[in-house]
Amino acid sequence: MNNVVANFQLAVASRQVRNLPPQEDHDVSAAGTITAGQATEQALPLPPAITAERTLSPGQWGLLSFLVSEVALFGTLIVTYVFYLGKDVVGPTPAEALSLSLVLFTTACLLASSGTVHLAERTLGRGNQGGFMQWWLATIVLGVVFLAGTAFEWRDLIYRHHLTISRNLFGTTYYTLVGLHALHVTGGVIVMVIVLGLALRRQVTTANRAGVGLVSWYWHFVDGVWVVVFTVVYLVGR
Amino acid sequence: MAIVEEPREIAHEPAAPPWTAVLHEWVTTVDHKKIGIMYVLMAVVFLVIGGCEALLIRWQLLRPRYDFLGPDTFNQMFTMHGTTMVFFMGMPILIGFGNYLVPLMIGARDMAFPRLNALGFWVSLFGGLLVYLSFATGGAPAIGWFAYAPLTERTFARSAATDFWALGLAVSGVGTLAAAVNFMATILGMRAPGMALRKVPFFVWTILWTSVLIIFAIPPLTAGLAMVLLDRNLGAHFFDVQNGGSALLWQHIFWFFGHPEVYILILPVFGMVSEIIPVFARKVLFGYEFMAAATAAIAFISLGVWAHHMFAVGMSRTADLFFVVSTGIISIPTGIKFFNWLATMYGGRISFASPMLFCIGFLSMFLIGGLTGIMLSAAPWNFQLTDSYFVIGHFHFVLIGGTLFGVMAGIHYWYPKVTGRMLSERLARWQFWLFYIGFMLTFGPMHISGMLGMPRRIYTYDADRGWAFWNQLTTVGAIIQGSSFVIFMYNLFTSLRAGRPAGDDPWDAWTLEWSTASPPPSYNFEVIPTVHSRRPLWDLKHPDDPDWQYE
Amino acid sequence: MVIPLLMAIAVASTQNLSIFDPASPPAESIRSLSVLVLAITGFIFVVVEGILIYSIFRFRAVAPPPDLSTTSAGTAEPPQVYGSKPIEIAWTAAPALIVFVLVLVTARTLWEVNVPPPQPREGDNTLFVTVVGRQWWWEYQYDYYNGRELGFTTANELHMPAGEEGVPRPVYLTLKSADVCHSFWVPRLAGKTDVIPGRVNSMWFQTDRPGLYVGQCAEYCGTQHANMLIRVVADSPGDFESWMENEGKPATEDAHVSAGRSAFLAQSCVNCHRVRGTAAQGTYAPDLTHLMSRQTLASGMVPNTPENLRRWVADPQPIKPGCLMPAFGLDDRERDDIVRYLLTLR
Repeated sequence: MNNVVANFQLAVASRQVRNLPPQEDHDVSAAGTITAGQATEQALPLPPAITAERTLSPGQWGLLSFLVSEVALFGTLIVTYVFYLGKDVVGPTPAEALSLSLVLFTTACLLASSGTVHLAERTLGRGNQGGFMQWWLATIVLGVVFLAGTAFEWRDLIYRHHLTISRNLFGTTYYTLVGLHALHVTGGVIVMVIVLGLALRRQVTTANRAGVGLVSWYWHFVDGVWVVVFTVVYLVGR
Repeated sequence: MAIVEEPREIAHEPAAPPWTAVLHEWVTTVDHKKIGIMYVLMAVVFLVIGGCEALLIRWQLLRPRYDFLGPDTFNQMFTMHGTTMVFFMGMPILIGFGNYLVPLMIGARDMAFPRLNALGFWVSLFGGLLVYLSFATGGAPAIGWFAYAPLTERTFARSAATDFWALGLAVSGVGTLAAAVNFMATILGMRAPGMALRKVPFFVWTILWTSVLIIFAIPPLTAGLAMVLLDRNLGAHFFDVQNGGSALLWQHIFWFFGHPEVYILILPVFGMVSEIIPVFARKVLFGYEFMAAATAAIAFISLGVWAHHMFAVGMSRTADLFFVVSTGIISIPTGIKFFNWLATMYGGRISFASPMLFCIGFLSMFLIGGLTGIMLSAAPWNFQLTDSYFVIGHFHFVLIGGTLFGVMAGIHYWYPKVTGRMLSERLARWQFWLFYIGFMLTFGPMHISGMLGMPRRIYTYDADRGWAFWNQLTTVGAIIQGSSFVIFMYNLFTSLRAGRPAGDDPWDAWTLEWSTASPPPSYNFEVIPTVHSRRPLWDLKHPDDPDWQYE
Repeated sequence: MVIPLLMAIAVASTQNLSIFDPASPPAESIRSLSVLVLAITGFIFVVVEGILIYSIFRFRAVAPPPDLSTTSAGTAEPPQVYGSKPIEIAWTAAPALIVFVLVLVTARTLWEVNVPPPQPREGDNTLFVTVVGRQWWWEYQYDYYNGRELGFTTANELHMPAGEEGVPRPVYLTLKSADVCHSFWVPRLAGKTDVIPGRVNSMWFQTDRPGLYVGQCAEYCGTQHANMLIRVVADSPGDFESWMENEGKPATEDAHVSAGRSAFLAQSCVNCHRVRGTAAQGTYAPDLTHLMSRQTLASGMVPNTPENLRRWVADPQPIKPGCLMPAFGLDDRERDDIVRYLLTLR
């Protein structure tokens, strides 16, 4: 106990603590302003210069935070998927129902769309609105192809393999996980269509390309999630 | 052409806007201050509703084998009481404080995304209404606020009430997430010049980490709720044990959310208390850097303690031990904060206006709640104490003794800023003492009845269990607490007109919000200030001895 | 005056469920742990709350509080202390040490209390029972005693042998659920262990003191969670053997109640209930073969008297609202016949 008190007194004595001089009549309107009456006192301390902070824009921080929350969301469903692998009471199993050929193609499309969206961003950065719209449209098309392919695959799963969300655990977890991802792709496509509409009205320029940057970050994220989902569902879990 | 003279209008004072215009302004506002006030008002309304649910519970438990409420109604009451207090009172009130104060404290004009802010509020409110709409199905859900599977499956919870509950929570979760995203973007991207991240007011720091927790913890809950809805409505098998589903999976998912949730409910309060105690002790917060590090540590560790809510489920001893260790570790940064608050008071010049009274109530009660938490972390002892009234005592000590007392401190501290009027100190003292005494009388005895074997969530008990006396004490305490809330609401609303005008800075405080008018103009600051330290107003008031020399 | 009297009355007529009055090794280990933890946390409480109270009084502002409506550019502030690294390290290290000690003690108790069940062996004096938690009653399937396979099922009253003359007779419970999560909690015997559908848990206890040990379900499981009571009857080993022998027999056949027996077997009672030795082989509801050997009905709610049995058979809902047994609309004669029959199932 004595030690604590001694340490406190030490702290008091150190330069971390100071007693205030008795207050005088000074004008405390703003830091650094000295009134006439104080001319004989020591000059008021001046703060160090402020260096501008390099930081992301609020929009970027916001989107990043949102994407982290999406990681938590998908993470929960991926963990659930893995946890339930092999626990089915009835078939079909992933090995029986899933086939790689179509999904490899749609995956390639989605990955390519990350490339096209990046190119769209770069083109816009150089001021080429027409080129931007072309690459942007390509991204949308590739996204739609991915969704169409998913729909095709699901039709096959439902009608040929009789795999539905209520069939067994695999159906439950598969449709939930892949479905949530497809929902995110759909959301991204819708937003990109809106941006395309704005671009057609010449409202997307180099000056306001921040929004395009944010959408492309989202799109890359959706791609990244797919890489994980694809690996877990179609490669590791099959 | 005849010239027709129009009668001249006599110039007069603009009439007070019609109530329709005022309502329209509030409903369509994107101003963080108004949205913050609406969050707080929403929380106060749900506080009253949840409090009534609690009083009904306490009345039923007054006597053994009492038939005031039947089992179904009782079970609905504790489900809704817990859900309401956690989701529609606790989180909204803290988000409300954050919304109001963060832009002011960092020298910004609004949050980063004002429209998202408004959306978040209305969605949160809508979620709350959805959950309460469940009463229209013939009764609220009777599943408990943590809704263990498979009790939530269609087989066992037949009515649509559970669907309303799950949907309402998922929807309000979207609102909560929106608020968190907004806080992150605002705090990380919109601070005033000179306000480095390590110089933000402590409340802002805690809101930052609360938002981090929300971002990590709410989505798993949303996923779990979606699974419940899918099971119930589309025949999914997530928690369908007969088809390979796992009841434990729900518990893991829920508590992975649920534990960070309670830190979401306490970190902003740590922040508020860290603003108020220094002002009323007239001393800078002791050990800001360590407090800040402790906050971050608590946030990280809180993601790794969840299964201490599940010690009795039959996990392996190694798994149990892991959570014993992680839970024990989290008590260390929490203790550090506590000691720093005491060190702030030590050597100060403490005055006991109502905000400080509530802070002292907070300190004394949160200590007890934290210590019973340590007791609960000793896993074998937990086997006896878990799911008993001891746990109810513990978490009310941290949630009411901690969160609610801290919120009361915050309300009494910032009310002058928000309204331009002081609350009545006399009424505040009455409220404080009735609240303090009533609270201890309510929840203290629960530790005893828990240790005497009384489990949670029972609508009645036999006379020969020996629990009646403790339950009666609790019920009396609850009524005393209830009276304190009546005084509080009266003070809150009458001081709007009758309170003493507050001025800009009634407490002689040091953070930026006190440099604005009370209430602040819609644009917050005429000129965005440049700051050099954690206490910009201290620097202004003590230009010969500014903080930045010592930070 | 009134309060101590009330407490005395309360204590005198109570069942004992105190975790601080253990009658079995796991409960005793837990109590030892709890005393140590209480001592440590009590010490922390006294010290920290003491500092708080001391600070409040020692450092209160003696001058009248500043006029709140003016900013006090004039009053002197106390010395501003920004922090101290040595102090911070000190009060990080001390709690860390305490946590370390607590973890060690906790781990030791944890390994003592959570013991995996052994295999049944000839002469092990050990009782193995499978407990099935059901909304809102407890089913007990007796598996092995002293290495001998048993194979009968009862409900709501768990009989066990007490240890005697230095020979402990442990009881290992295998815990299963037929529907939702429950939890088996008899505080004087052991901590609670959850009963989870799709999962098999296990727990153990033993006692040297014959008597009644009560508890109840400790995981909210629906409407009548509050009345899913547990009664553990520890018999002397001799009494336990007699009880077991009786329970193992099929139902007594008493010709006097043949009318009631026929009525019982003709009703849908048999869809849910089992009475060994008859056509009633339902597994959904309590086994009634030796119903009258139990002290209570409705899982511990009411004493097992003819009057209560009559009320229950007529309509269980007034006694246990929401329970899963409906009223069957029996007329008085059918009901009395059936009750007369049930009363012979000793």
